Amino acid sequence: MSEPLLRLQDVHTHIGPYHILHGVTCDIPAGQLTMLLGRNGAGKTTTLRTIMGLWRASSGSIRFDGRDITRCSTPSVAQGGIAYVPESMAIFTDLTVRENIVLAARSGPVDSARLDWMLGLFPALKRFWNLPAGNLSGGQKQMLAIARAIAEPRRLLLVDEPTKGLAPVMVRSMIEAFRALKEAGETILLVEQNFYAASALGDNVLVMDDGRIVHSGAMSDLVADQALQQRLLGLSLDAHQ
Amino acid sequence: MTDITAETTAPTELPRTKTDWMPLALVPALALLALPFIGSPSAWVTLTVAGLAMGMMIFLMASGLTLVFGLMDIINFGHGVFISLGAYATLLVLGPLAGWGAADSVGLNLALLLLCIVTAMAVTGIVGAVFERVIVRPVYGSHLKQILVTMGGLIVTEQAIHALWGASPIPIRLPETLRGAFVIGDIVMERYRVVAVGIGLLVFLGMQLLLNRTRIGLLIRAGVENPEMVEALGYRIRRLFVSVFVAGSALAGLGGVMWAFYRQTLTAGMGMEVMVLVFIVIIIGGLGSVGGCFVGSILVALVANYVGFLAPKLALISNILVMALVLIWRPQGLFPVARR
Repeated sequence: MSEPLLRLQDVHTHIGPYHILHGVTCDIPAGQLTMLLGRNGAGKTTTLRTIMGLWRASSGSIRFDGRDITRCSTPSVAQGGIAYVPESMAIFTDLTVRENIVLAARSGPVDSARLDWMLGLFPALKRFWNLPAGNLSGGQKQMLAIARAIAEPRRLLLVDEPTKGLAPVMVRSMIEAFRALKEAGETILLVEQNFYAASALGDNVLVMDDGRIVHSGAMSDLVADQALQQRLLGLSLDAHQ
Repeated sequence: MTDITAETTAPTELPRTKTDWMPLALVPALALLALPFIGSPSAWVTLTVAGLAMGMMIFLMASGLTLVFGLMDIINFGHGVFISLGAYATLLVLGPLAGWGAADSVGLNLALLLLCIVTAMAVTGIVGAVFERVIVRPVYGSHLKQILVTMGGLIVTEQAIHALWGASPIPIRLPETLRGAFVIGDIVMERYRVVAVGIGLLVFLGMQLLLNRTRIGLLIRAGVENPEMVEALGYRIRRLFVSVFVAGSALAGLGGVMWAFYRQTLTAGMGMEVMVLVFIVIIIGGLGSVGGCFVGSILVALVANYVGFLAPKLALISNILVMALVLIWRPQGLFPVARR
């Protein structure tokens, strides 16, 4: 496994009186797609939000590219090169598709080659380029949310359940888009409930339960071991296909 | 590198988006509806121009508040104090330069008005920055505390105005050029009201350009909808909050100057007195919507003028009736902002 781009060491997070993360420890290697799996309430979204500084870790450390970002503000984390696509997508519905992308490109205009590449990944966005993003369907909003995250080169993408609630055809499009991002060398930490999508994409896998990482390893090992799937996830890949 | 806005990147055969014309049509519809009731076309024009002028002044006073609420989720009951403070700041200019106002020179008269506006905006902007830091910032996220604390800030600042300028009303005089009226046939339009319409339109167009054609405008619009995501994109929303609060206070100061010259009397409570109208127009317009605030201001002012002419006893409740009718039709206001 290559040198980790992101390292979480014994991270605890409290939200109000609730103790959500109970010592999360994991590595995210550069240039690979790491899947973060687990049942609802396991702490996957909290992990991403804690990395982004949207919720503060109460203890432990988060190191990104060798730099301690545990106490960094959200804008500092983003400026350091981490992009975040929340589960809610959080696109700006009153802004046009173009304006959403323009805003995401902090350093200035998006260069044409990158724009072509982005719109090649998500061609549906072209049709709605100058329309309010609120007009998009759920799948198109998800595409825009991911396009916004890659409007500029980033070191790491954190993506929270991109296939949730999407039609099967849209899930397949999403899988193709993430494959293309992998081929482009992006480092991605992807939260996913859909094990079929996860197994099709992941190089590595982290499984969470009750605010802890209970398994980490190669995705191919988990895919090959149905007993392990049953033990960790309570189901097997066959059930998803 | 190619600008993303380049035409070449825009796709062809775009689906059309629906423009919401209904709220915009309300203003001309209301004006036309009033014409047969008023009867005399000249009285109708006079009332309409007066209503537009009043609407613009309300817009100037309210636009900052709606932006502050939309972006920062702050209910600032102290906004009225910036209106009063802006009005009193004119004394800093009118005192030493009284001769400019009395001079028979359009240039000097307009320069005096401009200086009053610049001074008022500077004073209220600075006080706004302090108000945000000392009074508003500790109560982000708690509406009840915001109402209590900003009301307290308003009372303290009003008392400070009393301490500085005294408790008695202070008369001020319009510059000579702005006194009197334009008379065209039977139609009489007060000069100052026409100027107020012009300034209101200029500010509205400026705000539209800022919000729709600049990156800072994009950030404000995005921040109104989802401030957390704006931060996750790498922008420091706190700085934007402070800038918008300062700009909102300065706009209230500008509104205060226009309102002061309209009333030609200064009182420390003049801002508080107009706050009911201000809250009505930002609710009618849709909280956080500058365009809605603009339409709401004109609507409220026209109704007040027409009803005041036709049935003076109903004038006081006419604004509440307009608000009730609009909210029955559109509970989120004329131009609801997505997050709200």
